[in-house]
Order: sequence, then structure tokens, then C-alpha cells
Amino acid sequence: MGVPKHQEPNVTPDVLDEWFTPKKRNKDDAEAVVRPSLSYWQDAWKRLVKNKLAMLGFVFLIGLIVMAVIGPIISPHDVTKQTLSNQNLPPSGDHWFGTDDMGRDVFTRTWYGARISLFVGFMAALIDFVIGIVYGGVAGYKGGKTDNVMMRIVEILYGLPYLLVVILLMVVMGPGLLTIIVALTVTGWIGMARIVRGQVLQIKNYEFILASKTFGTKTARIIRKNLLPNTMGPIIVQMTLTVPSAIFAEAFLSFLGLGIQAPYASWGVMANDGLSTILSGYWWRLFFPALFISLTMFSFNVLGDGLQDALDPKLRR
Amino acid sequence: MGTYLLKRLLAMVITLWLIVTLTFFLMHAIPGSPFNEERNTSEIVQQNLEAHYHLNEPLMVQYFLYLKSLVSLDFGPSITQPSQTVNDLLGRGFPISFELGMITLVIAVLSGIILGILAALRHNRIIDYMAMTFAVLGISIPNFVMATLLIQELAVNRGIFPVATWTSWHHMVLPTLALATGPMAIIARLTRSSMLEVLTQDYIRTARAKGLSPIKIVFKHALRNALLPVVTVLGTLAAGILTGTFVIEQIFAIPGMGKYFVESINQRDYPVIMGTTVFYSAFLILMLFLVDLAYGFLDPRIKLHKKEAK
Repeated sequence: MGVPKHQEPNVTPDVLDEWFTPKKRNKDDAEAVVRPSLSYWQDAWKRLVKNKLAMLGFVFLIGLIVMAVIGPIISPHDVTKQTLSNQNLPPSGDHWFGTDDMGRDVFTRTWYGARISLFVGFMAALIDFVIGIVYGGVAGYKGGKTDNVMMRIVEILYGLPYLLVVILLMVVMGPGLLTIIVALTVTGWIGMARIVRGQVLQIKNYEFILASKTFGTKTARIIRKNLLPNTMGPIIVQMTLTVPSAIFAEAFLSFLGLGIQAPYASWGVMANDGLSTILSGYWWRLFFPALFISLTMFSFNVLGDGLQDALDPKLRR
Repeated sequence: MGTYLLKRLLAMVITLWLIVTLTFFLMHAIPGSPFNEERNTSEIVQQNLEAHYHLNEPLMVQYFLYLKSLVSLDFGPSITQPSQTVNDLLGRGFPISFELGMITLVIAVLSGIILGILAALRHNRIIDYMAMTFAVLGISIPNFVMATLLIQELAVNRGIFPVATWTSWHHMVLPTLALATGPMAIIARLTRSSMLEVLTQDYIRTARAKGLSPIKIVFKHALRNALLPVVTVLGTLAAGILTGTFVIEQIFAIPGMGKYFVESINQRDYPVIMGTTVFYSAFLILMLFLVDLAYGFLDPRIKLHKKEAK
């Protein structure tokens, strides 16, 4: 509509009918939905895409996963091959990230380390997810005495210092990939169980659950079909934040000498090796693993934050 | 309140007992005794050694002996350094680690809160973005990486601070900085988001309407409520700082408890591992308890005896 641009403030403009063209309507499509309706997940995805930092993390992680899969394959150098004449070479055209004190190619080892870090992170998150959902779901849904007992147990376990337990288990079971995952999940599921329980407690009193119950739906089906899909938001966020903390724990343990054993590489092991020679000026041996640990944790953290905002717009600020 | 305290103390004792039991049986599940590897000792010496450390007794008897000695705060001997007891190590290492941890905690809390307030007051402006980028970086960079970066830049390249050890305040700067960055970032983010929430509340608008100065509003009215979430994470942060001291003390060659702990792990000195684990756990559980108490004091609306129903 063409409203005159310059108006004296106190003069009411004459509103002419010819400015408007009435929209033609007919009764049949009066109630039709104009735009396609978006599901909760589509909505969340749209919000996530708008978050530039989260998308940056997302893209980096995809790139990292791709390189973790193909990096060691496309590289001309072998992960464990030692070439003593190539000790501690600085980054060059042949060895992009340089070599370490055994003459191994740091570029290849970095991607190999990405495999291990990502594997540890995802496995830990997945196992936490399964245990946490079952435990938290049962406690929250059953409520009452069951809930009380189950949560008392969780409360006591929650008091356990997490990394100390992990270190203890690593000492007992001996270093290795499997033990890291076991050690991380022994205490890691507790946080997930608490979140699931809190969600279930809240949602189970909603009317649609009651409706489902009046139809005679079985408990297992209610949990699977009604409760879990509605608790997914916080659970996914928690998982995205579990992965970096597991990756950090692996690097930390490897740094203390309790992680993956030679000749295989993880970022923590490489950083630890690199640290001992930092004073000799071989900066690339520490720099690249440290850079990738930090970038990976950064990406997961911003992606997790972005997901939190996207999945729960009420909390958004 | 009284019953709550009693229940909490009971839960603490149970948790501690669980840790002791877990540690004890895990350590004894490792095959081999500490004295039969790589050492040429005669049969009799062997037996004497085992008898001295009660290793010839049945496992349950050893367990109760250990529990008994723990009750009297005796953590047992060190195997790799026979002239030392675990108590000696703790007595020497703990004050240093405690100092390192406390300085770190104070720095992290103060600077984290200030950063968070600044970010909240300049919401969606340049200071906010800078502070939050800094916070995400701080959370993402592991403390051992931070430590090496600091050493490389400030100690090796510029020579402002010494590379290692723990003798004067000069030596303390780098380790505490390296250790404080992560917790500081977490606190800054928490403070910012809870501050933003509090600032939208009605009582803040009332305070503004009364014509109070912005400083008074922030520090007297908003901050007190905004800090509650920060207090809740203090326990977990203390745990993080504590485990952080393991690597930091290792990197900076600080003779604290963490260094002994890592050494004992590498040398498989089981009594020392057990003793330090139990001591660490007890300390952490106590911290969590104190944080809960502080929470109740800060916010009288939270009834401690009702909290357990959560």
C-alpha cells in the first residue's frame, strides 16, 4: 500500500479505499495451511543452521571424521613405520606435519589419533546413552520407592571422583583402548541417567501420557513411543557434551601414560611425546596433536551449545 | 536441618567406604605380589616381607586391617620407597597441592565472575562476544596444552617467568594460570547466563525504578541471586582442579601430591595409589558437602532437608 511518505505529525491522513485491494477468498481454502508445517526436528534444524558458530563446529567435525577415515589411507606414510634417518624433521612438502623422534610421519599419526579419539568419544557417549536411558527411564517412570532407591544409589556414585575412578580402573585393567571406554562409562552414565529421570518425571504427568494410558497402552510402549521422543532434546545435548569430555579424558590419561600404548598413536600420547622435546625446538610434535584436541573439543562444545539453543528455544537468550 | 546433616554424613561415609572397598579389592585383584618381580630375594626374606606387610593373611583379614588403619588415619607404607610412609608423602605433598589448588580456585572464581558480569551487562556487544569466545576457547583447550603454550611463550621465548618448580610467587604464576583457565571459562559462562536471567526479573526493574545506581543494582541485588548456579558447580570444579593438578604438577615439576600420585601409578606402588586415592576422595566428598552447606546459607529459600527429595 502506498502510504504518503511525508506527513505532518498532527494531521490524520485521509485513508482512501482505493489504496486497498481486498483479497479474494473462497470458503474451501479458507482454512488451508499456507506453508508446509514443520516438525519439531525440522524447526530445530532450521534454528541450528542459523547459528554460525555451531555450523562451523559441525562442518569441522564432518571434515575430521572424513579425514580420520581416509587420512591414514591416502597418506603415503605408514602410521607405525619408523625411519631413523627421518628423525624430528620439521614440516615439509613430504611430511606436512613433520616427523617424530622415531621418524614417523606426524600427519598420518594425527589422523590415526583422530580415529582413536573419535572412537573413544562416540563409544563412551553411546554406552552412556543406553545405560542412562534405561536406568533413568525406569527410575523416573516407576517413581516412588523404586525411584528413591535407584536415585540413592546414583547419589552415592555421583560422589565418586570421576577421573580418580577412571585412573584406578586403568591401573588395574592395564592400559588400552577397551579399558579406556569401560573406565569412562563406569561413571559416565550417571549424568545421563539423572537427566533422563528428570525429564521423564516431568513429562509423565502430561495429559497425553494419561490419554495413552486410558487406551490401555503397555508401559514399555509408552516409554518407547511417548516418553523417550519427548525427552530427546536434552539427551542429545548431553551426548554432544559427553563426546568432548571423553576425548579430553582419553588425552589426559594418555598424557599420564595410561592410555593407548605404542606404536599406535592417540592425540594424548603424541602430545605427551611432543612435550618432552618441546625445549629442543621440535614444536610441531606438540603443536599438531594439541591443535586438533583443542579444535575437536571446541567444535563439540559449540555444536552442543547450538543444539541446546535449537532444541529448547524457551531457554534461548 | 539436623536430620539432613545426619543423612548427608551417612551418605558421605557410605561413599567413602565404597571407594575404600573398591580401591582395595581392585588393587588386590592385580596378579602378583609387589615383592616377587624383578627382585632376587631369598625365600625367607620374601616370607618376612609378606608377613611384615600382612600379605600372607587371607584377603578379608587384610581388608579389615586396612580399614582399621584407615580409621586411625594411617595410610600404610610405600613399597618403592621403604623409608617413607604414605602419610609422609601426603604430609609433604598436600600443603603444596592445596596451595596451588586454592590459588587457582580463587583466581578462577573471581576473574570468571567479573568476566561473566561484564559479558551480561554488555549483552550482544563486542565485550560479550570477546568474553564468550575466550570462554569457549578456555573450555576447549586442555590444561596440559595450555601449560605447554604458557611455558613456551612466557618462559622459554620471553623469559618472564621461570619454567618450573614451586618456590616463590614468581614460580606460581604459570601453573596457576594454566590450571585456572578452564574453570574460569566455565564460571564466566555460567555467571553470564544466570546474570542475564536475573536482570530481566521484576525486582531488578523495581530497583531501577527506585533510581539505584547501576553498580548497586548489579552488585547488591542481581549478583547474589546470579551466583547460586556458580556455587553449585564449585564442587565439580574443585574436583576438576584437583585432577588437573596431576598433570600440572608433572609438567612444572611441582613436588605436590599429584606428582607423587602419578609417580606411584607409573611405579605401580599400590599402597601409595590406594592411600592417595582414598585421601583425594575424602577431600572431594568434603568439598561437595561444604558447597551444599554454602548453598543453603546463600539462598534461604532452599530448604536443605527438602533438597534430598529431588
